[in-house]
Amino acid sequence: MLMELREQLLSGSAEDYLSKLFLKIERSSLNGFTSLARESALQQAREFDKNPGKGRLAGVPIAIKECISTKGIETNCSSNILRGYIPPYDAHVIQQLKAEGAIIMGKTNMDEFAMGSSTETSCFGPTRNPWDLDCVPGGSSGGSAAVVAGGEAPCALGSDTGGSVRCPASFCGIVGLKPTYGLVSRYGLIAYANSLEQIGPLTRTVEDTALLMEVIAGHDERDTTSAEGKRSYLPIKEGVSGLKIGIPREYFGEGVNKEVERAVWDAINTLEGLGATWKEVSLPHTKHALAAYYVIAMSEASSNLARFDGLRYGLRLGEDKDWHTTFSDIRAKGFGPEAKRRILLGTYALSAGYYGRYYLKALKVRTLIKEDFLRAFKDVDLLAGPTMPIPAFRIGERINDPLSLYLADVFTVPINLAGVPAISVPCGFAGHLPVGLQLIGRHFDEATVLQAAHTFEKATFFHEKMPEVI
Amino acid sequence: MEDVIIGLEIHVQLNRLRSKMFCGCSTDYHNSEPNSHTCPVCLGLPGSLPVLNKKAVEFGIKVGLALNCTIEEETLFYRKNYYYPDLPKGFQISQYDFPLATRGHIMILGDDGVERDIRINRAHMEEDPGRLVHAGTIDRAKYTMVDYNRCGMPLLEVVTEPDLRSPKEARAFLDKLKSILEYLEVFDGSLEGSMRVDANISLKGGDRTEIKNISGFKGVEKALSYEITRQKNMQRRNIKVVQETRHFDEIRNITVSIRSKVGAHDYRYFPECDLVGLRIASWVPAIKAALPELPDAKRKRFVEQYNLSDDHAKSLTSEIKVANFYEAVAARAPPKLAAVWIADVLKGELNYRGRTIDGFSQEHMAGIVNMLAEGKITEDGAVQVIRDLLDGRGSSPDEIVKSKGLGKAEDDAVQKAVREAVAESADAVADYKAGSERALNFIVGVVMKKTRGKASPGEVHRLVKAEVEKI
Repeated sequence: MLMELREQLLSGSAEDYLSKLFLKIERSSLNGFTSLARESALQQAREFDKNPGKGRLAGVPIAIKECISTKGIETNCSSNILRGYIPPYDAHVIQQLKAEGAIIMGKTNMDEFAMGSSTETSCFGPTRNPWDLDCVPGGSSGGSAAVVAGGEAPCALGSDTGGSVRCPASFCGIVGLKPTYGLVSRYGLIAYANSLEQIGPLTRTVEDTALLMEVIAGHDERDTTSAEGKRSYLPIKEGVSGLKIGIPREYFGEGVNKEVERAVWDAINTLEGLGATWKEVSLPHTKHALAAYYVIAMSEASSNLARFDGLRYGLRLGEDKDWHTTFSDIRAKGFGPEAKRRILLGTYALSAGYYGRYYLKALKVRTLIKEDFLRAFKDVDLLAGPTMPIPAFRIGERINDPLSLYLADVFTVPINLAGVPAISVPCGFAGHLPVGLQLIGRHFDEATVLQAAHTFEKATFFHEKMPEVI
Repeated sequence: MEDVIIGLEIHVQLNRLRSKMFCGCSTDYHNSEPNSHTCPVCLGLPGSLPVLNKKAVEFGIKVGLALNCTIEEETLFYRKNYYYPDLPKGFQISQYDFPLATRGHIMILGDDGVERDIRINRAHMEEDPGRLVHAGTIDRAKYTMVDYNRCGMPLLEVVTEPDLRSPKEARAFLDKLKSILEYLEVFDGSLEGSMRVDANISLKGGDRTEIKNISGFKGVEKALSYEITRQKNMQRRNIKVVQETRHFDEIRNITVSIRSKVGAHDYRYFPECDLVGLRIASWVPAIKAALPELPDAKRKRFVEQYNLSDDHAKSLTSEIKVANFYEAVAARAPPKLAAVWIADVLKGELNYRGRTIDGFSQEHMAGIVNMLAEGKITEDGAVQVIRDLLDGRGSSPDEIVKSKGLGKAEDDAVQKAVREAVAESADAVADYKAGSERALNFIVGVVMKKTRGKASPGEVHRLVKAEVEKI
């Protein structure tokens, strides 16, 4: 897709293409974009039209999730507390994109501070799923997924802390990759749970994801957890013959929508037909993953979100009182209910007397889960299962039942706890709503994940289907 | 005296580093506009990440070794969570479990005149917060401004065991610590706020209070003395001393309560995942090998190598600059005499003027000591030369000796006058021999008349006495 788009742009006009996208966004009912960088993007497009340059993404517009810092463009994590904050610097990934000539077209909606799986907790209101406007697009990178699926942007970046790229990719019928922890620099990504999250691409094809990874992955000395070395993802090897795929027993059965399960098994059958073999494996600690994930993520969040006190940037409420009252009022007013819930729970989990009972225990579970994956990967090259146990649900359906929302992350969070890479690729439909196949690989083995996903995509037509809203 | 128990937590800025702890900002901010030495990292802007300054860890290990601590195999950074306007991330990157260095000791001279070890509990690294500038005093300020230039300065927190018994001992400990830090070239104590002290203090049987953030060693002594008096009087009035945090008000010279134990912080320490654990065991041998000679070792060597008294050796080694100055002089002039003149005279004259030894030429000092050794100048003359040099009257010892007539030639004239005066004053000599010490004053007066007041009375007195004793 992106490769063809570049050809089109070279023979046509980037300015025209971008203007059409902006026109479409203006008329859109998706609420995927929170702000557009219209002027700077069009300016850049005009420059491309005059002198296209050699960048691998030259002239290609890209949508950026609200939590990734963009110099000069408001970056607010879809939270009132950060409204008006304009970063004075670009995130590492933004620098990389710009260096390759990509055009930052605007910022996309998300669950407030990436806390959610539906993009309903945003201060800008929910984003709608292009396949059914009454349904959520998934989250937390729901804006990024919806605008790509809805044809409002050719590609986007999201971030994935417990499934936030893969969940909306699955719900919106596009491709989304959560890279190995440490592969993509987090410098400039506003932290929700820093030991878990990675920035990842949301695209229409696996090849596009590989292209974006070529640009954004790689060592950055400003992120201490960033891995050394530069890896290559293109061209993607095609074919899966000889590939051994593990099917985790725990990822099927109770709680998994029947149509989702059928679509995923169809996909496994397809991969087998293409030459892969599969065997059942067990990830026995999966049942503890959600509990561990939420303790760790909320604990980290309670600390990561402490800096938002309104003193240096963000929300300010008229007259200042004493320090304690002022920052308490700002935080009370600025954070939405889900952010508050997680800050409170995380603060509790780290408190004296509870630290050992919650946080340390969660770290132990995390180690066990990582070992589950390492054990499985001794026998198989990849793991396959559903990305989400359910298709997109209706807006408002679960917002008052946080626990049922948390449960929907059951197959995505173990991947973040283990730090391994995973992709979601469209593999069918449950009714009229897309289903995502999740392929999980070894640490830093994105190549195999992309290879299997790409081969599957070439053999199927799901990625070609577009929602009728377009 | 009632039993006093004092423990100190000392925050040392490792200000000889060029860049801050977790970013590339310069540490040289003291003469800069507020908030001009900042970047997204030290301002804690959303999305920024810390990158550890390895040199800071190296400095920390250096100090740990010099304090006779055990250096941990692996060291970890933690987040210490609390809200304060000077803390832009809402947490401070610090250490908790697995600090850099643990269980050390350094020696001080106790109030009883006996040297003893003060135990160090731990030394750990952390980042300095910004600086609050209150409009007025801390408890009455109408508003407060924040300067983040200091934010992210590398700090080493040294925590002692409660081994100190008086404000004076606390001062002695701080002097010794400062001396070691300057020897290690990790610290410049002349910069404002470079060393800040929290002191825990209790009287036997009472609860302890913590006096936070005292700057200056004199301040520590004063704050502790005040606090002892306060606690003693509370006990006398049968009021319980409560565990609390107090602030030392330097202007009013008293401590004031700022926080009771009831409102004590739960800092919710947990590992800082943006940094990775650091295996430092392998760094230690090289750092250890490169450690400079420390004050106690140097003092011992001075006693042995230069045959100095322990007092002189101690006086010369408490500051690395003085020690280096002394050794440079001792290489060109008789070491023992040089020690006396530097430790007893030069240091006193410098202190009196509030000056440091930097401004005094080693060559001049060696010249003066050599003139003394060769008898070309009197002791009073030498003192005069040192004073003149310090006060900018004269450019070199030679020049001053010549222009003031303090040289050997003049000296001969004095000697001659002494011999003549003694010969002319048989009665006075007899009186002296009979036991009248005062009789010498008459002879001194004669000499002063003969030399037209040019000679120094003290020196003349000494010479007259020596001359008379010969008879």
